[in-house]
Amino acid sequence: MHAPDPHTDPMVPVIARVTGRTRELSDVVTFEMEVEGWPGFAPGQFNMLSVFGVGEIPISISGPVSDTTRIIHTIRDVGPVSHALAALSPGAVLGLRGPYGAPWPVQAARGRDVVVIAGGLGLAPVRPILYELMENRDAYGKVTLLYGARSPAEILFEKELGDWRSRLDMGVEVTVDRATNAWHGHVGVVTALLRGADFTPANTTAFVCGPEIMMRFGADGLTDLGVAATDIHLSMERNMQCGIGLCGHCQLGPVFVCKDGPVFDWATMKPLMRIKEL
Amino acid sequence: MAIEGLQRILAAHPLFSNLSPAFLDMLAGCAKNTRFAADSYLFHEGDDADQFYLVRDGHVALEISAPGHGRMVFQTVGGGGVIGLSWLVPPYRWRFDAHAKEDTRAIAFDATCLRGKCDTDPALGYAVMKQILPALVDRLHDTRVQMLDLYDART
Ligand SMILES: Cc1cc2nc3c(=O)[nH]c(=O)nc-3n(C[C@H](O)[C@H](O)[C@H](O)COP(=O)(O)OP(=O)(O)OC[C@H]3O[C@@H](n4cnc5c(N)ncnc54)[C@H](O)[C@@H]3O)c2cc1C
Ligand code: FES
Repeated sequence: MHAPDPHTDPMVPVIARVTGRTRELSDVVTFEMEVEGWPGFAPGQFNMLSVFGVGEIPISISGPVSDTTRIIHTIRDVGPVSHALAALSPGAVLGLRGPYGAPWPVQAARGRDVVVIAGGLGLAPVRPILYELMENRDAYGKVTLLYGARSPAEILFEKELGDWRSRLDMGVEVTVDRATNAWHGHVGVVTALLRGADFTPANTTAFVCGPEIMMRFGADGLTDLGVAATDIHLSMERNMQCGIGLCGHCQLGPVFVCKDGPVFDWATMKPLMRIKEL
Repeated sequence: MAIEGLQRILAAHPLFSNLSPAFLDMLAGCAKNTRFAADSYLFHEGDDADQFYLVRDGHVALEISAPGHGRMVFQTVGGGGVIGLSWLVPPYRWRFDAHAKEDTRAIAFDATCLRGKCDTDPALGYAVMKQILPALVDRLHDTRVQMLDLYDART
């Protein structure tokens, strides 16, 4: 009998090694890791990461597609597996399966205006989009990033947001739900920023990522302004086990989030998100 | 500024852009251009709500002082926004502070003048309310979403 081979058996993880670790927020850490034979990924894809003896969870890749050696993940410590992952230090090993899932259709947005709406940790799964937009800036029309966080202390990738804000070729607006009056930025819901954003709705592709309620209101706000439902893309989260369409854990009505998504357009998601408890 | 100029500015503001020129003309009679320097206050909690503002450009923080927390900002308003709805309902008193964080240009409405015109001409009053109600509903909806605390890892 042969040992399971990670290169032929998709349920067997390969060994990843942590090469870098950055604390972003009190409960959020970004890791750099390396895997032998890493095939690269597309923006929006995720890996199944496992800590041996604890469990396995899906985590989006938050680094640039152009970086073909390092795999970057940003993880919030919310429960047993994410806690064990967040505690790993450089040199530690973990299991990795992937990359999986349908990506954000970024290349298809070339020649069009692009609006990215992110909330909270939702900035991590859209960061590869932003890298692609900036690396190929001339290929896209107007680019807008609208980001919402709970408070100024909980703004993710603050330094990078500052760098992007200072660019003259993209609009970046950040809002928080609450602040003291030392904060000079916006206070209010992220979707309210749409009212002042500069884009041509009929020629816009939008990428929305964050808590599901925020995505729903974001997609509704974009539709109200005239962006077509098929041009609005969201990244869905559901509990996953296999990550490859075998177990049915992540089923959302007729679709499997792991295999058919996690990125779906609003035309597909709107009717499903209206069904409560799906 | 001449009424005609004000009318043009009002027509360009999202709140009143749907109103007829005749109504805009009537509104302009109660309006004036105003500016607030960065770090000045438009009004304070408890003041009479005898004006309301359409922001043309700038950035205004709506604040409430909370013991132990200092001044908390619950909303900011920029160009195209509206500040103040307390002028519509008795006792016409502000319930928060409005703090210009940057130099801010606005149209200030004399609330007594506008309420008087709306009372005398119900067609104008209805038209004004039809513009203000959606802004009010948007504000209520946004506040509800903020209260859900969506970005908290535990929600
Ligand atoms: C496609 C996909 C991509 C993802 N990408 C990322 C990522 O880039 N970074 C990341 O940190 N997480 C990401 N997640 C979410 C992550 O997989 C879950 O948070 C995971 O369930 C955590 O497992 P756990 O064992 O640590 O906690 P669990 O025991 O699963 O959950 C502990 C507590 O946290 C709550 N919780 C679970 N998931 C979330 C969530 N997403 N947001 C807020 N609260 C939650 C649960 O309700 C529970 O109360 C992604 C999920 C999917 C499906
Ligand atoms: S996680 Fe098993 S089918 Fe999607």
